[in-house]
Amino acid sequence: MSLPHTTAVDAGLLSCPACELVSRPPPGAADVFATATARCPRCGARVHPRKPDSIARTWAFLIAACVLYIPANALPIMDTSSLFDAQQDTILSGVVYLWTTGSWVTALIVFIASIVTPLLKLVTLSALVISVQKKSTWRPHMRARLYRVVSLVGRWSMLDIFVVAVLVALVQIQSIAVITAGPGAFAFGAVVVLTMFAAFSFDPRLIWDPVKAAHA
Amino acid sequence: MPVAPLIACPECDLLQAETPLPPRRTACCRRCGVALYRSTSHSLDRSLAFSLAAVVLLVIANMLPIAGLDVRGQHTETTLWGAVQALYDQDRVAVSVLVFVTTLFAPATELCIMLYMLLPLRLGQVPRHLSLAFRLAPIAREWGLVDVFMLGVVVSLIKLGNLAIVVPGIALWSFGVLILLLTAIGASFDAREFWLRADANRAALERSASGSAARPLEPAT
Repeated sequence: MSLPHTTAVDAGLLSCPACELVSRPPPGAADVFATATARCPRCGARVHPRKPDSIARTWAFLIAACVLYIPANALPIMDTSSLFDAQQDTILSGVVYLWTTGSWVTALIVFIASIVTPLLKLVTLSALVISVQKKSTWRPHMRARLYRVVSLVGRWSMLDIFVVAVLVALVQIQSIAVITAGPGAFAFGAVVVLTMFAAFSFDPRLIWDPVKAAHA
Repeated sequence: MPVAPLIACPECDLLQAETPLPPRRTACCRRCGVALYRSTSHSLDRSLAFSLAAVVLLVIANMLPIAGLDVRGQHTETTLWGAVQALYDQDRVAVSVLVFVTTLFAPATELCIMLYMLLPLRLGQVPRHLSLAFRLAPIAREWGLVDVFMLGVVVSLIKLGNLAIVVPGIALWSFGVLILLLTAIGASFDAREFWLRADANRAALERSASGSAARPLEPAT
């Protein structure tokens, strides 16, 4: 494209993350781009040229999520105890159970939501942060779309937590079967929340900053 | 100092001139293609109507059981709050809080904020702390996972379907409609129209406060 690409930062302007108003930093606040203490004149939200410490924060959430990803999958998320036996279910064994009992569609949904999505999210966000750190100009459109998909899909990983919550509340028949939540549920919930925070703290505008510089 | 006719893409920061749109169109960023704004009509009225309806459904969805279970003559059923409490009783406090926040607290907060902002604006007033409420609303929306919860209920009923007779509760249908309404609120709410209305109300209030007798006629704008 030959159109001129001027960003708000190039023009010395700030755009509000909450109400999207474009404003000029107040005169005298010359270092607003460094310290970012400006507030949006319309809605009062803190305005930063880029999300503060975006890369460091995203890494912190990603690493914490990676660490918890192991207990989330290894520890049981659900204990079922009936009269004759006790059974512990991990995320994966829950999917296998659905598959072997013939609920293939449900098994596939849970597999995608609980296993594929968190893993994909961790890998994709890490790759995006690395690409931004290397100031890559490789396919910014594709990377921007990846980020959009990742932040849209991430919430669905919470599915298994809700399944456990409903089962725990419903199956409380003392003489027949009782289901309790396992320690894996906590770890898994934490992974989902941490990856959501990671996606929020990543600033997609960083993808486009080096692209601009390369064309200039 | 605001720079009025310019809009900066929230995803790639490209500055673009805001242009009026024909009805039912969306303006997309010239560079990265993300949707910037839509042309909406009566956006605030529609958001308010959806919010009012959603409050009713949220109450129904939380008062009635989401599902019931029949095993060998024994019947159990649970509400959403029952699920939160069951987790809490098993010392899974963090998980219980997570479920509570994402399915009950966040949607309820979002609806309260929407009503708090939109009702007074509709009546020509400007509520206190409007900007704070405006900034909190998207956060509450982000953490409301009612749609995921609904799928979770369905999956758990399928899991139990092999072992017992499951009865989907009325609340499940209410949750279904609630999801549609929450989506409709998000889609219809237009921040630009919102601030235009707030500024117009503020100006009107100031005019009437400074004495309407002195200036009986307003110049047409």
